[in-house]
Amino acid sequence: MSETKPPVVALEALRFGWPGQPDLLDLDDLRIAAGERLFLEGPSGSGKSTLLNLLAGILVPRAGRLRVLGQDLANLRAGARDRFRADHVGFIFQQFNLVPYLGLVENVTLGCRFSPARRARLGDAAAQAREARRLVAALGLDVDALDRRPVTGLSVGQQQRVAAARALIGAPELVIADEPTSALDATARAAFVELLFAEVERAGSALVFVSHDPALAALFPRSLSLPALNRAAATEAA
Amino acid sequence: MLRLALKSLLNRRGTVLLTVFTIAISTALLVGVERLRGETRSSFASTLSGTDLIVGARAGTVQLLLYTVFRLGEPTANVSWETYRRIADSPMVAWTVPLSLGDSHRGYRVLGTSAEYFEHYRYGSRRQLEFSAGAPFDGVYEAVLGAEVARALSHRVGDELVVAHGIGRVSFAEHDDKPFRVVGILAATGTPVDRTVHVPLAGIEAIHLDWQSGTRMPGRAISAEEALQQDLTPRSITAFLVGMENRVQTFTLQRQVNEYRAEALSAILPGVALQQLWSLTGVAENALRIVAACVVVVGLLGMLTALLTTLNERRREMAILRSVGARPRTILGLMVLEATALAGAGLLLGLGLLYAILAALRELAATRFGLFLGMGPPSAPELLALAGILAGALLVGLVPALLAYRRSLSDGLTVRI
Ligand SMILES: Nc1ncnc2c1ncn2[C@@H]1O[C@H](COP(=O)(O)OP(=O)(O)O)[C@@H](O)[C@H]1O
Ligand SMILES: [Mg+2]
Repeated sequence: MSETKPPVVALEALRFGWPGQPDLLDLDDLRIAAGERLFLEGPSGSGKSTLLNLLAGILVPRAGRLRVLGQDLANLRAGARDRFRADHVGFIFQQFNLVPYLGLVENVTLGCRFSPARRARLGDAAAQAREARRLVAALGLDVDALDRRPVTGLSVGQQQRVAAARALIGAPELVIADEPTSALDATARAAFVELLFAEVERAGSALVFVSHDPALAALFPRSLSLPALNRAAATEAA
Repeated sequence: MLRLALKSLLNRRGTVLLTVFTIAISTALLVGVERLRGETRSSFASTLSGTDLIVGARAGTVQLLLYTVFRLGEPTANVSWETYRRIADSPMVAWTVPLSLGDSHRGYRVLGTSAEYFEHYRYGSRRQLEFSAGAPFDGVYEAVLGAEVARALSHRVGDELVVAHGIGRVSFAEHDDKPFRVVGILAATGTPVDRTVHVPLAGIEAIHLDWQSGTRMPGRAISAEEALQQDLTPRSITAFLVGMENRVQTFTLQRQVNEYRAEALSAILPGVALQQLWSLTGVAENALRIVAACVVVVGLLGMLTALLTTLNERRREMAILRSVGARPRTILGLMVLEATALAGAGLLLGLGLLYAILAALRELAATRFGLFLGMGPPSAPELLALAGILAGALLVGLVPALLAYRRSLSDGLTVRI
């Protein structure tokens, strides 16, 4: 099945460095297939978040090729990349994932607000809210009880599930999670990953999951170490 | 987008409300000052209306205006009764009101005049003098008080008062042998009429029969009753108001008066003279405006502070919006929209506040100060002030908006705090 679809991410000889600094990332080759679940591990400061920013089309590489869903992001203008991200990428942050002035369901449907494609997949506002509720419930939260309260009152674990629902709504092809479990305790971590897997599978999304915690790697079919891939890190260490 | 902005504001309603209030108060103040200025100006310009010319002994325009209309200062020369009658009898003239000044009652000016005064004197948009009690004077020793005189000195119809010679507040030379009886009290006009004691010209003449050059002539006292037997036609008056048969001829008469040979006279157009006098107050007027403008600036700075302090807390929020595909421009728009909503709410609330205050003070301003506060929609200069505040608010709102824009560009999805 995955062979027929183009890879979600295909990068070749990608180099990136922050303005005025030497290359932070130098990646020879990385492919992520449709629906694949990839664990990316690396110590703090190794450039994990930077790589995710590249995949999300926030940053553009210095050199090399980066294609997401067959689309060369470097060829798109900034506005088009933002639009591309809205339509095809879901993002989960380490913590503080929720917009404090929006309700729980609104925080989830925010994922559709800037994306005509996701809205088209789901339908009108009522349909979006229905899907948001389904997702949040599937991720193990009592929507009806929690939606009435301000989201700032939710526990970190609950917030991360709402964030996952927002990333997943409208079934984007790529879900990126930047250390989403680092604020959770060990049992909550595993539970969160299991729930995330179930919904990623249902949506048919590929998942790139970043963490500095190697213990989670066992849960993933494929796991990579960024420093091992990164030729820039090797030269720096040398 | 608007909903996002409103929700974000609602979420911070504490600071937002304070900011809105600051803007509202500075709006109310600035527009209020502007309105008050407009109203005082027009009420000042119509301190005297319906009079076509003021004629007095030759003097400066402002000087003549000061003592005839504002009853301030000391007239230096008089107009002879013959001259007055000659001009009054001119076929061009419809009516005249003689004015005679020089005495006072407990700090308030005493004005000798005729009954025509109550008929022809106009102020504001041609409003006639109204009596809150009593009627115009008829007898020689009768007086009609302005509203403020009556209130300040607690005089009522039927009271007797003594006129003092000269215009000092404390006067030792009193015409106490010939007291006047209050027969009427005028309603407040907001003009110097309120501070005037009106008596007949004959009364002024009567109290001065036994006086010469400012002192009582010893041994020649004439009682009040004796005075009534004498001819009380004045020899001269201070000035007189003229109403024309046909206003087109105003300038003709003005020229004739100014070129009058037998006596040096001045004829002035009250409207023009009042405008001239008002322009002297321009400095104070501008000072008031500057203070109000400063309050607005302080209000806007308050808004800037309120917006800037939340900016850091909102970096996360901006990163989340970016992650779901919001463009940096969208974030800029969101912030500008918030500032606009804030300023708009402040302006509306300020206007509401202003009209509420105007409605509340209307009665008081009209009865106490004779100032008629209009409740109409904002005038052109007021609209200009409103537009200025809005423009200032948008400019101020642009600062945090641009900061957020630049930050969301550099932050991307990784907020490093
Ligand atoms: N916006 C930025 N501007 C400049 N340098 C940055 C920026 N973000 C991250 N960096 C630098 O890039 C390096 C990698 O950071 P990051 O990708 O956040 O690592 P990780 O997520 O693996 O902890 C760090 O040295 C950091 O200082
Ligand atoms: Mg990171």
